[in-house]
Amino acid sequence: MSIGLYKSEFSNPVVRWIDQRLPVFTMMQKEYGTFPTPRNFNYFWNFGALAMITLMIMIATGIFLSMHYVANTHLAFDSIERIMRDVNAGWLIRYVHMNGASMFFIVVYIHIFRGMYYGSYKAPRELLWMLGVTIFLLMMATAFMGYVLPWGQMSFWGATVITNLFSAFPVVGNFIVELLWGGFSVDNATLNRFFSLHYLLPFVILGVVFLHVAALHITGSNNPLGIEPKGPQDTLPFHPYYTAKDSVGLVVYFIVFAGLVFFAPNYLGHADNYIPANPLVTPPHIVPEWYFLPYYAILRAVPDKLGGVLLMFGSILIWFVLPWLDRSPVRSMRFRPLARPFFLLWAVNFLVLLWVGAKPAEGTYVLIAQICTAYYFAYFLVVLPLLARLERPLPLPESISRPVLGGGPLPMGAAAKPMEKA
Amino acid sequence: MADTAHAAPSGAPRRDFLKLVTGAFAAVGVGAMAWPFIASLMPAKDTLALASTDVDLAPITEGQAVTVMWRGKPVFVRNRTAKEIQEARAVPVNSMPDPATDQSRVQKDQWLVLVGICTHLGCVPTGQRLTDTRGDYGGWFCPCHGSHYDTSGRIRKGPAPRNLDVPQYAFTSDTKIRIG
Repeated sequence: MSIGLYKSEFSNPVVRWIDQRLPVFTMMQKEYGTFPTPRNFNYFWNFGALAMITLMIMIATGIFLSMHYVANTHLAFDSIERIMRDVNAGWLIRYVHMNGASMFFIVVYIHIFRGMYYGSYKAPRELLWMLGVTIFLLMMATAFMGYVLPWGQMSFWGATVITNLFSAFPVVGNFIVELLWGGFSVDNATLNRFFSLHYLLPFVILGVVFLHVAALHITGSNNPLGIEPKGPQDTLPFHPYYTAKDSVGLVVYFIVFAGLVFFAPNYLGHADNYIPANPLVTPPHIVPEWYFLPYYAILRAVPDKLGGVLLMFGSILIWFVLPWLDRSPVRSMRFRPLARPFFLLWAVNFLVLLWVGAKPAEGTYVLIAQICTAYYFAYFLVVLPLLARLERPLPLPESISRPVLGGGPLPMGAAAKPMEKA
Repeated sequence: MADTAHAAPSGAPRRDFLKLVTGAFAAVGVGAMAWPFIASLMPAKDTLALASTDVDLAPITEGQAVTVMWRGKPVFVRNRTAKEIQEARAVPVNSMPDPATDQSRVQKDQWLVLVGICTHLGCVPTGQRLTDTRGDYGGWFCPCHGSHYDTSGRIRKGPAPRNLDVPQYAFTSDTKIRIG
């Protein structure tokens, strides 16, 4: 072995030659082969992998769509129709991309719910969590700008309303809005820069995902019990155990995804977006895409323009400090008899916000939105900090392997035995 | 006994089989997913719809030539003079780089229809206008690398390997053709 080469353990000469110079095979083996993973994952732990797959699908379909799309106010709408009618399999690629956005948000929402329920944001995974929130914000920006590209009525008026949010900021507001528009209204310059950024941001997301996964592989995964693995008896190698489990989830996921694409491709969209953009007529009932509705409800719940905008941005930014708002040392809600119902109520509350966001902003709907907005923030700012001091958690299990394998205390040898098959 | 079913002799081939089936299933799935992406790069329906071009020959007088667009490429339509036809038919075919009789390249003697792309590296040869350089053989001359084509569009001198292509076309009436 010459000096300067990596000590590879692969025996295949070609693999070994590469691995000695660039140990990618060793890295893959370490991070995705033998990587010790808690043995008690439930199916909630599929959603990180599903999100990764969805990002790949979005990038692949997006690149192919961009080969036919024209980012010009006069041509954009027609170029989308051409994709739907004339480009071979264009309808399929576009419907996968369109519904892929919805599926991406469904998957990521469940992924975030999982993280909140099982306390995956707590030490030592704070930065991992914050990178996740960053990915979510980038996703929102990307999805918003992607929705503008077809240049339908909802594209145009969604872009108008969302960019106008920034006009709420005193002094700099109008400057920011003109900066976003590149003019005095949403127009060709806006469409062009949105297309450019819509193409760029997914690759930024990919970079942050890499950091997210890198941080995960330092701390290791959390698990449904929220206690750290104490040794090899508590973990399984990632491959084949979790590659197999992720594959099962992936097949089910693809069935749902395909069901949406082939049987209800426009179910989650809005019919008005099949009308070409008209700067002179606002649609009577303007709503954002479903995944933005909770924040839209928060925006409308506040009677003050700036206040609404601040609360809306704050509703996600507050996730960044969640690890410091929830000081309880117990991660999993399974062992938190008080926090558990409060959190589940928060999750339902989130869905109510989603529902009310699609309703007209009048009468009872406003009141419901206001109550839900209040609870949304109270959970983070009042409930969690108080429960950290008041709540008496249930006793935590001694180890991961004991509740899984059952019975009395297991000697190391016995616990290791089922792993021999691997 | 349950354990015997998992014993190595019968267990190992079964695992191999499962791996093989899973791998094959995944490979077919990836292939099936790749196809729409590849298909989307092929000419779209509106592109194919523009794949034929009608040309009215009536305004083209003897000795004149017109260039029309067909599938994004120039097509030369030349109303040849009797002299040009005579020249094209007088030469011995066997001495050419790509032997072809003039009769095999036209449907009506006076009308020569050619894809106006040099078969060397894709430039457009000159010679459509009477003032253009037409090369040593009175047909077309490619300025890029000096290929000379005769009055039948055949390569006579220079690096081009083949005669100018004759597109598929048909006379829809005495004075009209449809290319493609």
